[in-house]
Amino acid sequence: MTAQITDVDVPAAGDTGGLGQAARDYWARVRGGDIGSLPAVLGLIALIVLFGVLEGSTFLSIFNFANLINQSAAIIVLAMGLVFVLLLGEIDLSAGFAAGTCAAVLAVALDSWGLVWPLALVAALLTGAAIGLVIGSLVARLGIPSFVVTLAMFLALQGAMLLIIGEGGTIPIRSEAILVVMNGNMPVMGGWLLAIIVIAGFALSTLASIRRRRTAGLPAEAMSVWGAKVGGLAVLILVATYLLNQERQLPTAKVTIQGVPWVVVVILVLLVGLTFLLQRTAFGRHVYAVGGNREAARRAGINVKRLMITCFVFCSTLAAIAGVLLASRDNSVSPTTGGAQTLLFAVGAAVIGGTSLFGGRGKIRDAVIGGLVIAVIANGLPLITQQSGIQFVVTGLVLLVAASVDAISRRRAASTGR
Amino acid sequence: MTDPSQPLLSLRGINKSFGPVHVLRDVDLDVRAGRVTALVGDNGAGKSTLIKGVAGIYPFESGQIIYEGKPVSISGPKQANDLGIEVVYQDLALCDNLDVVHNMFLGREIKSGVTLDETSMEKRAAETLAGLSVRTLKSLRQQVSSLSGGQRQTVAIARAVLWNSNLVILDEPTAALGVAQTEQVLNLVRRLADNGLGVVLISHNMNDVQAVADDIACLYLGRMAAQVEKSTVSSQQVVELITTGRSGDIGLQPETAMGGAA
Repeated sequence: MTAQITDVDVPAAGDTGGLGQAARDYWARVRGGDIGSLPAVLGLIALIVLFGVLEGSTFLSIFNFANLINQSAAIIVLAMGLVFVLLLGEIDLSAGFAAGTCAAVLAVALDSWGLVWPLALVAALLTGAAIGLVIGSLVARLGIPSFVVTLAMFLALQGAMLLIIGEGGTIPIRSEAILVVMNGNMPVMGGWLLAIIVIAGFALSTLASIRRRRTAGLPAEAMSVWGAKVGGLAVLILVATYLLNQERQLPTAKVTIQGVPWVVVVILVLLVGLTFLLQRTAFGRHVYAVGGNREAARRAGINVKRLMITCFVFCSTLAAIAGVLLASRDNSVSPTTGGAQTLLFAVGAAVIGGTSLFGGRGKIRDAVIGGLVIAVIANGLPLITQQSGIQFVVTGLVLLVAASVDAISRRRAASTGR
Repeated sequence: MTDPSQPLLSLRGINKSFGPVHVLRDVDLDVRAGRVTALVGDNGAGKSTLIKGVAGIYPFESGQIIYEGKPVSISGPKQANDLGIEVVYQDLALCDNLDVVHNMFLGREIKSGVTLDETSMEKRAAETLAGLSVRTLKSLRQQVSSLSGGQRQTVAIARAVLWNSNLVILDEPTAALGVAQTEQVLNLVRRLADNGLGVVLISHNMNDVQAVADDIACLYLGRMAAQVEKSTVSSQQVVELITTGRSGDIGLQPETAMGGAA
């Protein structure tokens, strides 16, 4: 045996170091190009401070905080779907109108066909899945670039939506169950319960994973690092819950508005469920593999075509959910639902949050963070300037900055590798 | 395992054409367990074609594949893997955005229920790397993009031996590496053979062949010019075999086709 021993030893069992080491490791990863959501989080804080200083009384009001969640919800869900196709290195330009088309199906099913809301919801979701199946099959089986397929679908779905809605122009949504999602709030106690469930769930699941690694003799996260993460999350969630549980109406108003909006539950369920799917299952692992190196994935025995189709189905189905949220928020569906900047905001949200346009890098939580950044801009800027021209320019610039950060960190990752 | 006197893999009278181009003509090859067989030859000699046939990428037209003493037919990559044949390709082998463990188990993840069993995978990856005396990786959870070329090749090779394979085929594993990294990978190749595996090393580099090979098989324009023990030939002779197909009395004789069993 000519065993030659070089460099560093294989890591020994035990802790991977305390807080200081964890911070240094994180910084090393960022410098190496694995930048994640850091710019988005910093940007979010900077924007909140900026708008807070300029227009504190309005922007930082509790009412506006709840408003922000409502404004960002549909964009976040749409962006979650886009994360799936962006991870593959593909794009879906039709997701906005897929949302609109599915919302139209929902509205027609409720209003014209008189279906009960669960059936109407299923019809909307199935419409989304079918759209994704068509797009995915064209991209994966025929090999048409997703840019072209979804550009065609962008036009076709816009037309389909007009045909479904018909001459009337606008279809009202009257179903209480659908309306409450974007217009209703949880009871105050329910909000606190939700906060505790989320914090405890995070703490216990991460603790279990550390335990498992320890028992297996693998290097595991130090308890101090775990504590800091759980503590940070707990503070964030408890503060948000506290603020949302305050009375948002003027003291003179008769009705009270307080509590965590129901849509938060929808977003949390999607966030946890889809993160689990992408991080903990073989399917998710294969999505990253295909995005990172399609040929390597194929040689490893992954059915790349089927996987791509599945991702497009996920994207359009999540777009359908976003469409339902839009319909709920506007109390109606019109030909503009899901149009205008909806799609661009969603792509922007995913990219700003840290999902790469080049594929292989990104997380579901990026959609949430990026969606909040977009919503803060859309919410805060009109308080400062009434000129919508400036608002478009600023949003466009933010997206460009995010894409530049993405491209630069990708170059960095490539150059530090060799 | 296999009787050491008997080859692990024997190819007899292999033929393969792409359209009108006859790429492989009556090729014979023997690979023994515990030995490194260098497969050399100029560009277009048919090295990759031969390997891809064994890996199940495409079928041979005629000829016999004898594996562990039994005739087998390999109709796909999956079947080659099931036989214990693993190929480490020159490039396109790893996903940069995944960590070492994820890459080693890509496509063959260990699962508990629906979730990935990360701890089992990491443990087995660590054991495999330790078994190969690999000590150059800082963490098994670092992304492959942060590894050096030599470390990447190490991970690719470790992935190949993870599956209790007994024949590992390496396609130019040192082509893109520096001097120190080349040595590191060659040491690993040597260790694979010392651990009892059959190793086929495709290489253009005479230094690599001299450093690590036990047997040298030389293809010349689709024919097996010679398969000899390294100790019986000089470097100069190998170069002559590669460039002209013969060297003195070894190699292809003019106007003589190799006798095939086909």
